[in-house]
Amino acid sequence: MSTMSSNQETEAAEDYSLFPDQRGHFGPYGGTFIAETLMEPVRELQRTYLRYAQDQDFVKEFDWELKHYVGRPSPMYHAERWSKQLGGAQIFLKREDLNHTGAHKINNTVGQVLLASKMGKKRVIAETGAGQHGVATATVAAKLGLDCVVYMGAKDIQRQSMNVYRMRLLGAEVIPVTSGSGTLKDALNDAMRDWAANVDNTFYVIGTVAGPHPYPMMVRDFNSIIGREAREQVLELHGQLPDALIACVGGGSNAMGLFYPFLNDKNVAMYGVEAAGKGISSGEHAAPLCAGKPGVLHGNRTYLLENDDGQIIEPHSISAGLDYPGVGPEHAWLKDTGRVNYVPITDNEALNAFHDLTRMEGIIPALESSHALAYATQLAPTMAPEKVMVVNLSGRGDKDINTVAAIEGIQV
Amino acid sequence: MTRLNTLFQQNRASQRKTLAAFITAGDPTPEATLTLMHALVSAGADIIELGVPFSDPAADGSIIQAAGDRALHNGTNMQTVLSTVASFRKTDNATPVVLMGYLNPIEIMGYDTFAQQAAKVGVDGVITVDMPPEEGEALVHALKSNDLDSIFLLAPTTAPERIKSICDIASGFVYYVSLKGVTGSASLNTMEVAERLSIIREYTDLPVGVGFGIRDADSARQVATVADAVVVGSAIVQRIAENLEDVGAAVKCVSEFVTELRQAIDSVK
Repeated sequence: MSTMSSNQETEAAEDYSLFPDQRGHFGPYGGTFIAETLMEPVRELQRTYLRYAQDQDFVKEFDWELKHYVGRPSPMYHAERWSKQLGGAQIFLKREDLNHTGAHKINNTVGQVLLASKMGKKRVIAETGAGQHGVATATVAAKLGLDCVVYMGAKDIQRQSMNVYRMRLLGAEVIPVTSGSGTLKDALNDAMRDWAANVDNTFYVIGTVAGPHPYPMMVRDFNSIIGREAREQVLELHGQLPDALIACVGGGSNAMGLFYPFLNDKNVAMYGVEAAGKGISSGEHAAPLCAGKPGVLHGNRTYLLENDDGQIIEPHSISAGLDYPGVGPEHAWLKDTGRVNYVPITDNEALNAFHDLTRMEGIIPALESSHALAYATQLAPTMAPEKVMVVNLSGRGDKDINTVAAIEGIQV
Repeated sequence: MTRLNTLFQQNRASQRKTLAAFITAGDPTPEATLTLMHALVSAGADIIELGVPFSDPAADGSIIQAAGDRALHNGTNMQTVLSTVASFRKTDNATPVVLMGYLNPIEIMGYDTFAQQAAKVGVDGVITVDMPPEEGEALVHALKSNDLDSIFLLAPTTAPERIKSICDIASGFVYYVSLKGVTGSASLNTMEVAERLSIIREYTDLPVGVGFGIRDADSARQVATVADAVVVGSAIVQRIAENLEDVGAAVKCVSEFVTELRQAIDSVK
């Protein structure tokens, strides 16, 4: 297409499971926008992933690791006390925070690092913002004996020193990124540069449902275990499908993982929660779907935070894991088709939900997941008590204790 | 006949190797860029590659990224780049000017608007490093409709059947990236480049430029033995970076360097 307009009317799909198309397109989004040096390795990955995704032995090995190494299935917990307090729908929490390494990120890294070792690659690289994806990659690389290099913005290294040390303990080399704004998007740029220079022996483990095809599809597939389990668990506990699903969206991997197995269930409403930072009108946010425009960055066409010249704007969120100026292309398309509602939650609203869940249920959620929880506090009271919603508790909050304490002026 | 075609035809006839010089538009200021463009031509550059700054230049090394950051910092945008070309054309109507950059600043303008405006100010060709031909049909069409050349990169990793399909839609020249990596990377193996170029020439009659990793007169001379055009970027931009406070000194330093490059590639017959 020669011009792109935002919020265009796009028809709903008959069967969402058929996307992306062979070239990695979700409607006008996705695709493969990368430098020529990376085209051949990306095409090799496309071929290899499609083959292994059909390979029963690979699927079995992946499932075995998820069960015995990650600790799946993760529980579906009925937050009864909190639901009662809110006075509406019953809230069920999908407990991805109980996975090994404390978040959903490991579902994807187990898959990709296994694939890297099948492809004979001796070295894996990753970008990381808060450090969760870096830790999850370093963890699986340690287990499989692969070299691991993680690119992390110099500013994020300062903010997340604990995760940096965890990665180093696991044997990964953490490289500070000082170029550009020294945050997640720049870490991604540097990881792409490393990949271009070391294509022969290196596998790039992308941490979210973005990047050139096949990453958005592959990362979604590896995380869709979340939604498949959730479906079974809710059917077993409740006897019917949930009425609503809620997940936070930065790049959007935990949300795609939960949503994907339900996309064809027309009666299941879905809400993707973006980080509104200090408020959408402040301009300091990380909500491209709520307030951005379509464009091309990091290998795909999707909604972006950009200025009128097409330059990328640095996002803001209290949660480092949502602090990204783009979003996975499938979310861009699900927005345009109207299948998923994307809503903003501010830093303060997320912080309140962080405290609420901690006090009401004895579960300390990650600040990322707290955005989803905050939207649940708005939506649940509008629904009848016999309705059921599933909130993806994508990670645990231990990593955020220092951030929360600092905001509240408490010395830990 | 386009300026690029005219140039390559003339150079081929006179057995002159083509020298393409890259600078980032707006680095350190748009006015300095205009002065530098003319200085590059006076020192012996045949083609000016003008980098369009982008906030996230994932295919570039640190030197060109820093230049882009400087340009963005002083407010350079696509309109600035296009007016710089328009000013250049007031006194130089022969030297081809090729814009090199990323898709998003073009996408936000709209392909047709961009192509029309670029053609109007006297741009000759466009290299969009993060847009492979698979995704490029609409932009290539818009460029072609405005008589602008679509210049594509070929890499050491590009398979032969892909070389063919890229060359089929490319025009002006094709740009062979001489090593795996980003702009300004270290070493370059002339033997390897020669082998790849002979494969590329099986599929196309377009002139072949070689860039990435050419940092001095010696490497320029080596590449000139096998390529139609030698592209030098980071080594020039680095000289500008070393003279940010003094445009006159930057012009002098860059001119001396390009003169050396010219002499080196002219020594190849």
